[in-house]
Amino acid sequence: MNNLAANWLLGRLTLGDFKHDLIQMGGVLAMVFGVLAVIAGMTYFKKWRWLWDNWLTSLDPKKIGIMYIAVAFVMLLRGIGDATLLRTQQALSSGTNHGILPSDQFQQIFSAHGTIMIFFVAMGLMFGLINLVVPLMIGARDVAFPFLNSVSFWLFAAGMVLVNLSLIVGQFAATGWLAYPPLSELAYSPGVGVDYWIWALQIAGIGSLLSGVNFFVTIIKMRAPGMNLMRMPIFIWSVLGSMSLVMFAFPILTATLTMLALDRTLGMHFFTSVGGGDPMMYINLIWAWGHPEVYILVLPAFGIYSEVVATYSRKRLFGYTSMVWALASIVALSFLVWLHHFFTMGAGANVNAFFGIMTAVIAIPTGVKVFNWLFTMFRGRITFATPMLWFLGFIVTFTIGGAAGVLMSIPAIDFQVHNSLFLVAHFHTMIVGGVVFGYFAGFTYWFPKIFGFRLNERLGTYAFRCWLIGFTLAFTPLYILGLMGATRRLDHYDASLGWQGLFVVAGIGVLIILMGIGFQILQMGYSIWKRHETIDTTGDPWDGRTLEWSVPSPAPSYNFAVIPEVTDRDAWWAIKQAKPIAPPTYEDIELPKNTPFGMYIAAGAFAVGFGFVWHIWWLAAAGLLGALTMIIIRSTDDDTEVTITAEQVAADQAAYAKRRQT
Amino acid sequence: MSLKQTADIEKVSFGFWVYLMTDLVLFATLFATFAVLRNNTFGGPGGHELFKLPYVLTETLLLLTSSYTSGLMLLSAHRGKKQAVLFWLGVTFLLGAAFVGMELSEFHHLAVEGNSWRRSGFLSAFFTLVGTHGLHITVGLLWMAVLGFQLAKKGLVHSTIKRLTLLSLFWHFLDIVWIFIFTIVYLKGTL
Amino acid sequence: MGATHVTKATTEQSSLATYTTGFILSLVLTLGAYFSVTQHLFNGSILVVAIVSMALLQFFVQLFFFLHLGREKGTRWNLILVSFMMTVVLIVVFGSLWIMHNLDYHMQLTPEEQDNYMQIQNQKGF
Repeated sequence: MNNLAANWLLGRLTLGDFKHDLIQMGGVLAMVFGVLAVIAGMTYFKKWRWLWDNWLTSLDPKKIGIMYIAVAFVMLLRGIGDATLLRTQQALSSGTNHGILPSDQFQQIFSAHGTIMIFFVAMGLMFGLINLVVPLMIGARDVAFPFLNSVSFWLFAAGMVLVNLSLIVGQFAATGWLAYPPLSELAYSPGVGVDYWIWALQIAGIGSLLSGVNFFVTIIKMRAPGMNLMRMPIFIWSVLGSMSLVMFAFPILTATLTMLALDRTLGMHFFTSVGGGDPMMYINLIWAWGHPEVYILVLPAFGIYSEVVATYSRKRLFGYTSMVWALASIVALSFLVWLHHFFTMGAGANVNAFFGIMTAVIAIPTGVKVFNWLFTMFRGRITFATPMLWFLGFIVTFTIGGAAGVLMSIPAIDFQVHNSLFLVAHFHTMIVGGVVFGYFAGFTYWFPKIFGFRLNERLGTYAFRCWLIGFTLAFTPLYILGLMGATRRLDHYDASLGWQGLFVVAGIGVLIILMGIGFQILQMGYSIWKRHETIDTTGDPWDGRTLEWSVPSPAPSYNFAVIPEVTDRDAWWAIKQAKPIAPPTYEDIELPKNTPFGMYIAAGAFAVGFGFVWHIWWLAAAGLLGALTMIIIRSTDDDTEVTITAEQVAADQAAYAKRRQT
Repeated sequence: MSLKQTADIEKVSFGFWVYLMTDLVLFATLFATFAVLRNNTFGGPGGHELFKLPYVLTETLLLLTSSYTSGLMLLSAHRGKKQAVLFWLGVTFLLGAAFVGMELSEFHHLAVEGNSWRRSGFLSAFFTLVGTHGLHITVGLLWMAVLGFQLAKKGLVHSTIKRLTLLSLFWHFLDIVWIFIFTIVYLKGTL
Repeated sequence: MGATHVTKATTEQSSLATYTTGFILSLVLTLGAYFSVTQHLFNGSILVVAIVSMALLQFFVQLFFFLHLGREKGTRWNLILVSFMMTVVLIVVFGSLWIMHNLDYHMQLTPEEQDNYMQIQNQKGF
């Protein structure tokens, strides 16, 4: 095949793009073998039909939620693998030793680490839990737009595939997880790395935006009768806040990524260092999205803590109204602080002062929430179950990291520690201590509702202890190193600095975190094996307070046989205390039919992304055309619902009642 | 229409409204970038040299009229008049297509004169902001074509009325965005 | 039955009137802004304020007459969302303008530095 044909067919893709060095090859092989093992297992156990019918084409948000969490967990393994490599490099690379990674690879690894953890682990866990819980908690049967929900998940998956593909063919961005120009422009990053980054995020980002709209409308329009806004569980309020942020922040990301892509693909000059471009505008815009993004991630985690603390303290949550106002304040304020991410990049004192003050102010509502949680615990009858442990770990960790944040809100101090390891320690404390611990707590808490049995408590405790100790060991040294002058993203440092000891401690911390993940995997396997010992027969294993505990475990596809009437906050608690009511009459229930079209549309999007990355223009065009065609075909489908008869519902309920008595 | 169908249209309209709000933030980001880069002509021509106001006024009037006719289209749908719907849909489509045609011609003209999106930050911002709007209009035209087809085939049923409602929302919003493009990019750009 | 029939007709009539009023008002505002600029009806910054005001006015006209915002009951959430959206838009647009202007002011090059920079870029072929 001559050069011209190869160019047309394969763009800039060549055989050489599959060549990698030893460590990268290790990652590639691990990934490829993992995928092959799954494929082999599925084929051997003849589960493809089951997977297609019950999972991939399902529009049930409970199923979609599990798929989000599964993807997030797989990406967690990759992200923590990256972290281990980074920590190893920094523990070894002092003085004459240059560690195990060449500089360019090191840069790709920390870029991949950040990108994967934020966009695919944290966002994945978040949307996963939201899908699982929100409809159940508000007394609804489904989300507002079930098909759109499927599209969102598959777009997320398409982005995930692009990121993982970058390890196998080509390279990833070496620009950091936010790809600042001019480095991310064509002149300084001519390869495919930044393009992979752009398109993975663009595609996944659109999925997130659509989910934001979906869950916002779900919460506003589909609550059970009687559940007015001030009777909603705080978790729902926190999701409402987070989705509001998603809706209004993600378009900024979409526009900014588009402009960077246009610079790289069509030779435009938005952020180039010549031609009238302004790289600082990118930094301005990306953080105008980036700051709301971190609140998007943490608010649902706060909501989970509110539910967990109330349930395991066997007490109503303290200060409901102030919790709502705190959430609303955080949502409003999170659009007014973004410059604190670039205090040092040239703005004058008045601009810095405004954003510094707003940043200090935004810490206040979070403080209100922390006190409310503690007051909830006060005089409660506390059970120290695993979710509660995650919460307590959060309280200690997040408070320290939050204090570091308030410290940095003062521009003069930030000038000393910007882009140092102090900053790195701060935001990891926020994300791990706040977001990740919260989603782990939520996963353990709601697991029985989705799967019908509880996770093993002892292994959960071990996992928690490893995570807490590991995290503390991994990041306390970084606070110290940052104050000693260590900047972020260093792949080597002078031996005379005396930093190595602290880096070694941090490395040990990561190993202990890995043990924690090991325990989590063990916990999952063991709990599945011994599930008959922890079966949830009542649907209410924790004596919960909110509506999701009123349905059997696992929840039926239609969630509620009869939509409940809500009379109070802590709706289920109120129902439990009230006099029993007459048995209900059942009606036919309509649910959305399974469909593969969400997947097809995302496949088209994937083709667009891959085509643009490798300049395979026909593929990009085909992907776009394909996606549009799939949308149009779907629009002609009038038969999109399936009916579950009243008799079927009655039969289900009878079976549940019988099981509860055993 | 049954109660269930009315509630469904209401829910979907609300969801679409919410989506349109997010689209406006996307446009706002492009507007902000245009505003910041408005003087970054890199030695090349600016709005004053490049924009032909009478031409732009024609485009504006075409789009405004099409927004009006899309409202008439929806009114006809509520009155159950299928032929009127198809007529106003066709008129809206033609006006929108004329708008896009004029815009493509304007872009082509600029590009062949050497004032393409590669020339300067200002022009990159101009082409992207106005081009993104034009892309949305094009999607709207495609939507109209597909919907017109479905209307001809199925008539005014729940699904087609729902889609007409959303389409008219979309079309009105695109004219609203154009108000600001007309004013801030073109009118202000020539000052 | 007769009463509802009349009510339905009046609402339809008022709908046509609503759309037409909105159209005419928008036309007036569009032409007003256009001729303000081409005929230089105002000076300097007053002109800018004038055309931006007319744009905002037309925005509200279309929100009300074409999109029925605030007119129909049950549009409360729509109003809340529009307000939130406008707030974010104003923050992003004017926040960016403020920040970028501030950066330009504090980071501007001296004439020699500017000259030097342009020469280097010229050598690179830009």
